Amino acid sequence: MSMPESSAPSAARLEERTARRGPQFASALLLGLLTAPAFPVAGPGLGQALSAAEVAAININVFPNGAGLPPGRGTVADGQALYAARCEACHGIRGSGGSADELAGGAHGLRGNPPDKTIGTYWPYATTLFDYIRRSMPPTAPRSLSDDEVYALTAYLLSLNGIIHGGDTLDAVSLARIRMPNRDGFIPVDAR
Amino acid sequence: MHASEEAQTESDASRSTDQETPARREFLRRGITAGGAAVLAGLAPESRAAAATPQWMTRPGQPFSNYGLPSPHEKAVIRLIAANSAVSGNGLSWTPLHDLEGTLTPNGLHFERHHNGVPQIDPAGHRLYLHGLFERSLSFGVDDLLRYPMVSQQCFIECGGNSNSGWNEEPLQAPAGSLHGLASCSEWTGVPLSVILEECGLHPDAQWLIAEGADAAAMNVSIPIGKARGDALLALYQNGERLRPENGYPLRLVLPGWEGVLSVKWLRRLQAATEPVMARNETARYTELLPSGKARQFTFVIEAKSVITRPSPGQHLAAPGWYPISGLAWSGRGVIKRVEVSTDGGKSWIDANLQTPVLPRCFTRFRLPWRWNGESCILQSRATDETGYVQPTRPALIAERGRHGYFHYNAIVSWEVSEDGSLSHVYA
Ligand code: HEC
Repeated sequence: MSMPESSAPSAARLEERTARRGPQFASALLLGLLTAPAFPVAGPGLGQALSAAEVAAININVFPNGAGLPPGRGTVADGQALYAARCEACHGIRGSGGSADELAGGAHGLRGNPPDKTIGTYWPYATTLFDYIRRSMPPTAPRSLSDDEVYALTAYLLSLNGIIHGGDTLDAVSLARIRMPNRDGFIPVDAR
Repeated sequence: MHASEEAQTESDASRSTDQETPARREFLRRGITAGGAAVLAGLAPESRAAAATPQWMTRPGQPFSNYGLPSPHEKAVIRLIAANSAVSGNGLSWTPLHDLEGTLTPNGLHFERHHNGVPQIDPAGHRLYLHGLFERSLSFGVDDLLRYPMVSQQCFIECGGNSNSGWNEEPLQAPAGSLHGLASCSEWTGVPLSVILEECGLHPDAQWLIAEGADAAAMNVSIPIGKARGDALLALYQNGERLRPENGYPLRLVLPGWEGVLSVKWLRRLQAATEPVMARNETARYTELLPSGKARQFTFVIEAKSVITRPSPGQHLAAPGWYPISGLAWSGRGVIKRVEVSTDGGKSWIDANLQTPVLPRCFTRFRLPWRWNGESCILQSRATDETGYVQPTRPALIAERGRHGYFHYNAIVSWEVSEDGSLSHVYA
């Protein structure tokens, strides 16, 4: 993506443009200024350009279509070992019975009383799991997992929830392809 | 004065103001002639002298202070905390609404909801990054933003999970603040987000902004572009001073009238995109499961709501007589038009006085003088906003949403006054 040199509307740049566009534009601008509020409508234009590399380094959003998923891969088996070491203390054996949220083992569905909202029964997108684990977990050391480890943990939790098989491997392509059972379970209310 | 409870007439209520009400006149007359004289008459001569010249008038006071604190006599007025035992920074603290008056929340008592603690951010090391569907990807330092044109806006912020014990089968017994205090109201000052979006040159395909905080949860949510270009604020100040760390220092989003999780604290990054990111906190959480098995998602707007803060559970009516009923109402859709109060469990309603100015998407203080006759009774309040929306009863809300929505509980709240003057939370 080419990044055009910043053309933010700083006063100096406006003058430059005015000069380039000649007197007609200048008088229009002047008219505008006569009726304009005492404060500039735009800012002083202090934003610093970000390079594509800088954006790549900070962007950890993962979208349902897979946009944002990094290279790498992980197996259910690797995820199981990692889970025991890094997650089980709070989330319990096989994802339930811990101090923190239940991650698997929903006994009844969404219409039970009380309903069981787990990854397998409730979450609409598998990509959300990668996005969330990478940014937030484990709470004692967030951002300490490698991308391969996040793929492996995502794979293990999806297998615990019966979404993928125990022998499976996840990467950017296979994760984005997963369709969760509750994919169509949501009604957007104020979305626009 | 032993007559049955004297409900105020509509005309009394509409005539009355905070300065001069029949109740207040009555209160003053009784307070001074009966109550006041009795207290003084009962005191020994020395303490009557002390009362005439209290000790703090006989010696110099404390020196100046660099940053003022509440009186030590108010040390019980605090945020109560509920947090995860294994992750102490995951939890919340409530504004003690039952101990406060007026409409603005003191900064130290603004409610908190953190997912992994309060980051200790050095503003010199903090930047706001904007990228994605913009003509230009730009970043801004905090000092840069302080040079932008600013606006101030008063509004409430309410967590979507506020009042959620209302879904329980049995009414939870707790002070009003610990039931409904994940809501606070402040004056926020900062740069309109629209100004920054303009500078970056928003692409016409951009429909959502994915906001992310610089906390240890890197909390992210998706915000529709219309709100982002509308009244969204990049807040730097809260009630005149720079944000408190627990309220997002040095920079937070404020989306007036929308559920609190969207007003991302410690704001670090905004990615413009065609679709929402479908973050954990807009799919697994902050969505409301309906009896049908489907769930409401992106339920951003806070619907009209009200609660009586005084008298409320934990408080005590010493004896029959006049008491002010005081409470808060708010709506994410704009101005509160009307608050009615019932002292008979919803059989009859009286209009309360609204403290002016009534501001859109702000706490609105309502008050009504009330004479308690010593009998058991149920106090309720019911808010109506400028759209005509009326705060629902609990049965009506549950009929519509079931009992497992968890978020966006806004039903009428009932406090029962017992004959001994104690108050409790009931479903009525
Ligand atoms: C120290 C305790 C702790 C550890 C260790 C931990 N978690 Fe968590 N986890 C939590 C808490 C607390 C939450 C809820 C956070 C919140 O509500 O903001 C959570 C939430 C989650 C969720 C979201 C659940 C939901 O239903 O919304 C997932 C997924 C998750 N953790 C995965 C993991 C994985 C994978 C690991 C191991 C790498 C892990 N956690 C380690 C405490 C922990």
